[in-house]
Amino acid sequence: MLDLLVQGAQMALVLLLAPLLTGIVRKVKARLLRRRGPSVIQPYRDLLRLARKEAVIAEGASWLFRVAPYLIFAATWVAAALVPTFAIGLTFSWTADLIAIIALLGSARFFLALAGMDVGTSFGGIGASREMLIASLAEPAMLVVVFTVALVAGSTQLSTIAAFMVSPGVGLRVSLGLALIGLVMVAIAENARIPVDNPATHLELTMVHEAMVLEYSGRHLAMIEFAASLKLLLYLSLIACLFAPWGLAGAGASATACAIGLATYLGKLLVGAVALALFETSIAKMRVFRVPDFLGAALMLGLLGTLLLFVSRSL
Amino acid sequence: MTATDETGKEARMAGLSDLITGGRPIASHRPWPRVVVDEATWQAVMAQLADGNPTLLGLWGEAAGVHIALCDEAAEAIVVLSLDCADGRYPSVGAQHPPAIRPERAAQDLFGLTPIGLPDTRPWLDHGRWGLSRPLGAAAVPRDPAYAFLAAEGESLHQIPVGPVHAGIIEPGHFRFSASGETVVRLEERLGYVHKGIEGLMAGATLEQGARLAGRVSGDSTVAYALAFARAVEAALGVEVPERAHWLRALMAELERVANHLGDIGAICNDAAFSLMHAQCGILREQVLRASDTCFGHRLMRDRIIPGGVTVDLTLDGAASLRRLVAALRRRFPALIELYDNTASLQDRTVGTGVLALDRARQFGAGGFVGRASGRRFDARRSMRYPPYDRLAFEVPTLEAGDVNARIWVRIREVGQSLDLIDMILDALPAGALRLEVPAAAGEGLALVEGFRGDILVWLRLAEDGRIARCHLRDPSWFQWPLLEAAIEGNIVADFPLCNKSFNCSYSGHDL
Repeated sequence: MLDLLVQGAQMALVLLLAPLLTGIVRKVKARLLRRRGPSVIQPYRDLLRLARKEAVIAEGASWLFRVAPYLIFAATWVAAALVPTFAIGLTFSWTADLIAIIALLGSARFFLALAGMDVGTSFGGIGASREMLIASLAEPAMLVVVFTVALVAGSTQLSTIAAFMVSPGVGLRVSLGLALIGLVMVAIAENARIPVDNPATHLELTMVHEAMVLEYSGRHLAMIEFAASLKLLLYLSLIACLFAPWGLAGAGASATACAIGLATYLGKLLVGAVALALFETSIAKMRVFRVPDFLGAALMLGLLGTLLLFVSRSL
Repeated sequence: MTATDETGKEARMAGLSDLITGGRPIASHRPWPRVVVDEATWQAVMAQLADGNPTLLGLWGEAAGVHIALCDEAAEAIVVLSLDCADGRYPSVGAQHPPAIRPERAAQDLFGLTPIGLPDTRPWLDHGRWGLSRPLGAAAVPRDPAYAFLAAEGESLHQIPVGPVHAGIIEPGHFRFSASGETVVRLEERLGYVHKGIEGLMAGATLEQGARLAGRVSGDSTVAYALAFARAVEAALGVEVPERAHWLRALMAELERVANHLGDIGAICNDAAFSLMHAQCGILREQVLRASDTCFGHRLMRDRIIPGGVTVDLTLDGAASLRRLVAALRRRFPALIELYDNTASLQDRTVGTGVLALDRARQFGAGGFVGRASGRRFDARRSMRYPPYDRLAFEVPTLEAGDVNARIWVRIREVGQSLDLIDMILDALPAGALRLEVPAAAGEGLALVEGFRGDILVWLRLAEDGRIARCHLRDPSWFQWPLLEAAIEGNIVADFPLCNKSFNCSYSGHDL
């Protein structure tokens, strides 16, 4: 029963924290530009405002258009809740498999692209085609990174990997370093951040993610925005869990351990948010056709990591 | 200047003047001549235009006829040719010289003048929503709002309609892309959404009203427009404003140029999602606007230039605050240039994007940074030598590359140039009166003034009672918008915002 409660707490936690993370990234970016910026809780207010508003649905939109936001939200939420945040070995951790998470995110993306094309506007089509271009390169890169990690840890289960990563046997490994860089690159592309996409742009012609959701409004848009926040949280949690698993509470740990886990987790998120804001401020967006080069590099890094492990298990 | 230059100029001018000697000169037109020509001369001039010299400065209509302003750049001379068209028809200039197509379509919409042989007879400013057509012409009749875009045929081509309402807070304009995947095959613009009927309002207005209207044609160029209008009025009346007014006008014009260029440099970088430049340039622009407010009582210096002089004086405190502003900009701007130049990801976007060829820029007589980034060395301050620029030493920065990067660099250089000019003007500012009363008299005047976008042309005719009979204001964007269509061809759709912002054409000034 307590296990279920802890698992439930994790599910609620990601839901609660996701908009805050988006708010913090925006705040830090604003401060870096010498602007005051909106409050960090603004994303919550935005979601509430959108949820209360009427949802305008484009003429010619099918049932898919109306269902997709909920599917996307559900899939992303489940994926985000599976990644260990403050503790490992939770009730559902046997499902917290890296490949399952990639599959969940993949299906969310599939529905988003379909919904983008559903209305038949040119921007939806452009966004969907660009998203698919990015996805077709980001997903293999992600998988290769996963293989590298899995080869080192001997499992694709996040709890097992995290437990292995804190064990003294890990040491400094070249392959893990390559995998980390690869994963960060994939995370930037997947979350539609600069330099791949600009989440704050008003220029219809340059959008990727925003172009697909251009026709959404009201509660539908709230679901999609929420899912985008959750996805950012998911990737930061994933990077933290794989490459900085310190402080994670073990299976059946005490309340104190859980509290320590939670505090370190929040710290990690904050560091990640600041680093993301710094990186985004210091770089311009790349041309659409440079994205394959960028993600190709991520794929190669992951592949190199895997190959190194075949040369020697200790690399 | 050498003797061969002088003879060369005379020889070139002879080509144009030979053609117009047969015409009937209008004595009251100042400072450059206006000649009423016959159809044969009109045709001959068209052939010269198509050959590339002279350059078309503007084409505008009247109920009774059509006028074109021509500029011989080498001779630095302007001439206005007029053709009476009693039956409302005239031989199209656009048939041989494409830059005239849109002005002719606009004149057709406003006055009902029919250009014979015009390849594109679709309306331009008139979207069929005015409730009447040819509002300034003889008879007004309703028109059908249907509009056919040009076709682009080929396998797997698709169309992307963008605007007129955009996601950002910008002016309305419609862009129709025909793209093959991400590559733009054709871009067609449709403008006219912010037509305010300024030329109609001008007719019958007093000079005071006219000056206010001119200052509202395009908000970011309010100083340049007011200056152009005032100079045209003063030319028509043959009055010379006090010396101090000339210098104060130039001071305001340079402040406006610096503010707009700073805003543009940041905004272009922002379109490549590099918001750091946008924020920093925004701070500098704000400093310029605040200094302008301190000195002249208005952030954009609107309604400060009037026919006869200026309305506000520069105090000693004001001069000191401008000195401080120049010093602050000189201190902080170089760091931003370095940031722009050293950010590889940003250079990757701007270098080689949206290239405009020199012969295109020459053909359309593109002014401002658009022309100068492609190597067309024309600046009305230098070429027309209006005071006080005839007594100031300055360069006209020109680059050859013609891409987005070059258009940014021309702006960067011009900011430096304008800061030097502000310093020089403050040093040499003469004392004296600010304005004189302009008499109420008839006359015709033309002025060409360098705004931040390029040369603004104002032509007007005053009636006996001193009111405006007809006034035409030509924004530099008339000859820059079509070039944007040319520059984007072969680029990718996602690079359009960057190219568009580097051109930064005016919607309001163009739509009038």
